[in-house]
Amino acid sequence: MSTDTDMKSPEAAAVPPPGPAQEKKRVPKGHKRLLTRRDRIALAFMAGVPTVLHVALVWVTALASIALAFTTWDGIGFDTIKWVGLDNFRQLFTDNPQFWPAVQHNIIWFVVLILIPTPFGLFLAVQLDKKIRFSRVYQTAFFLPVVVSLAVTGFVWQLVYNPDTGLINSLIGANKPGHYIDWIGDPHLNLWAVLIAASWRHAGYMMILYLAGLKGVDPSLREASSLDGANEWQTFKNVVFPTLRPTNTVVLVVTIIEALRAFDLVFVFNKGAQGTELLSILITNNIIGESSRIGYGSAIAVVLLVISLAVIIPYLIATFRKERQA
Amino acid sequence: MHHSSPGQLMPEPSRRSLLRGVGGAALLAGAGIPLLSACGGSGSASDPKTVSLGSNASDAVPKKAFGDVYAAFQKQSGITVKVNTKDHNTFQEQINSYLQGTPDDVFNWFAGYRMQFFAAKKLASPIDDVWAKIGDNFPDAMKKLSKGEDGKYYFVPLTTYPWAVFYRKSVFQQHGYQVPTTWDQLIALCKQMKKDGLVPIAFGDKDAWPAMGTFDQINFRLNGYDFHVQLMAGKASWTDAKVKAVFDHWAELLPYHQDGFMGRTWQDAAQTVVAKKAGMYLLGTFVAQQFTNKADLDDLDFFAFPEINSAYGQDTVEAPTDGFMVSKAPKNHDGVVKLMQYLGSPAAEELYLKGDPSVVAASSKADTSAYSPLQKKAFEMIGGAKSLTQFMDRDSRPDFTSTVMQPGLQKFLQNPKGVDSLLSSIERQKKTIFASS
Repeated sequence: MSTDTDMKSPEAAAVPPPGPAQEKKRVPKGHKRLLTRRDRIALAFMAGVPTVLHVALVWVTALASIALAFTTWDGIGFDTIKWVGLDNFRQLFTDNPQFWPAVQHNIIWFVVLILIPTPFGLFLAVQLDKKIRFSRVYQTAFFLPVVVSLAVTGFVWQLVYNPDTGLINSLIGANKPGHYIDWIGDPHLNLWAVLIAASWRHAGYMMILYLAGLKGVDPSLREASSLDGANEWQTFKNVVFPTLRPTNTVVLVVTIIEALRAFDLVFVFNKGAQGTELLSILITNNIIGESSRIGYGSAIAVVLLVISLAVIIPYLIATFRKERQA
Repeated sequence: MHHSSPGQLMPEPSRRSLLRGVGGAALLAGAGIPLLSACGGSGSASDPKTVSLGSNASDAVPKKAFGDVYAAFQKQSGITVKVNTKDHNTFQEQINSYLQGTPDDVFNWFAGYRMQFFAAKKLASPIDDVWAKIGDNFPDAMKKLSKGEDGKYYFVPLTTYPWAVFYRKSVFQQHGYQVPTTWDQLIALCKQMKKDGLVPIAFGDKDAWPAMGTFDQINFRLNGYDFHVQLMAGKASWTDAKVKAVFDHWAELLPYHQDGFMGRTWQDAAQTVVAKKAGMYLLGTFVAQQFTNKADLDDLDFFAFPEINSAYGQDTVEAPTDGFMVSKAPKNHDGVVKLMQYLGSPAAEELYLKGDPSVVAASSKADTSAYSPLQKKAFEMIGGAKSLTQFMDRDSRPDFTSTVMQPGLQKFLQNPKGVDSLLSSIERQKKTIFASS
């Protein structure tokens, strides 16, 4: 079929009378020769299908979610969608006793992840980079929590923290009446309890990212600095760490994303009960289930979206600007 | 479904469904004829020998018990029930989209407000024709539970179970305790148990719903059934002094509850009763599932939550009821009517209970001779009740109970002193939720 077109096209080009028109025709003719019809169909599919999927699954849903945030809808029939303007947001900011704690917990989540497991992951990476014995074994051990599904992580830690039969309370004898330490339920404790589990996983993740970054550090830099008489700490601080800047960018963005999308661990742990409310869990509780509050849930999702954009966009702009200058 | 006129049996009459309607009418006309001989009335639908059924019975025991019931129905009527089982919680979470899409002809559901909601949304078909035949099998309280807000029947109940205070007979015997019948006696008993080194009331609220059960009991003992209904339907105010009084009573009882309840599941709490460490436990009869040892199970007994207000005594029983509904446009109407009539018969209930003895029959005609002592007591308790409630999350809007009441009650349990601000917060949120749609 393609040869057919090829055979015809020179003839077709020859039919019109000579003149200035011929000059114009030359361009399409060249195209036809480069791309047969099959090529063009294949290309249309290759570009079209992802575009359609991307538009439908990312843009349409995101925009629909934003639009729904200004409505009330119980999810039954499209005629029950009612426009309510900013009502959802007003209720959210003033009446919902879980909203502000949720925002606060998402922020605490980020601060804790960036202050504790991230430096610890870097520390582990530096130690493992020294080619110590059993390095692979340690790597596997520390990275294992990242491989395990967060739902499983949540389940395991929930067993550890169980007030009656859990490991911790059994060890310290806090499972008797009057001595209970309610790791899962007490709102002053449960967020920290769950953050220990999250950090346990995050440290492994950060370790792998930094380990990859460290492998890329030119050994001659270290050699040079030791020749200059720098000790290990000085070498790390002044030579190695600055070269890890691209890794740091990734680490920061990944940690922000982890903090904003924190969900599965807590949902399995205690379903986001008092003390561990998170935006993602509020969204789920409002949207999923029977007679759902889709408009209201979407409003919370929009808040989450705005927070993500407000954090990520300035950072990426700054990063790309620096890269362009470099 | 947007175009359907209210109360119509066949919301979107196409030529086919009209024909089926005629078949259904023929069946109705012959309603007096026993089921077996009514077979001749069908035949107009595309596949008159199958009825599809959406089931939430994903646990092994109920799944098998239901299977036996459907098999018996097939033997009797020649109609096959094509069961489409989904995970229990998933079924519940997806019910909205399930009923709007292409649902099965018949589906498992709960009685009360949660049934009425879908009836009002025109996602279920009224089944007055079925009830014309099975009405005599049920007590009035069950009939009330099966009707939509429009007074039509939408639901056929199969099984039910009561909420009550469970205890071990041997523990009460050993310490010489008496079953408390009034609030003061209950408090006195709690004090005594504490002195005797027992946890007076086992409690675990990790799943957030057990607390609703405690609230319900205190509320309808103190304020009566009608107030419970009004409060759950969003009509009474949560800032009412009556609601405040419920929380005051609860706060009085709270110090006798088991410590560390926020992180404990009901199963773990039940284990402390099994181990004789706790004296009492307010829960549904499903608590018996945790008594795996036969001797322990025989030792288990329960009593109705004590009277608080003499005007209401112990006249209300919380008895969540499970059963069946018909979707908006069943494909095989004749078969559906026959199946529903069968499911509403004492025979079907007896057969189900044979496979799942943790519940009791909803029908008052079902044979009780095979019941265990616990089942017998539960059955009498429900049969003797003036009114039946369904549980907070079944008597009210599920979005309200899951997003407002569950966290609200947990907040109260953590900080019983902050009731006033909590109640005004609940009332504000209730208004917006009940105002929408």
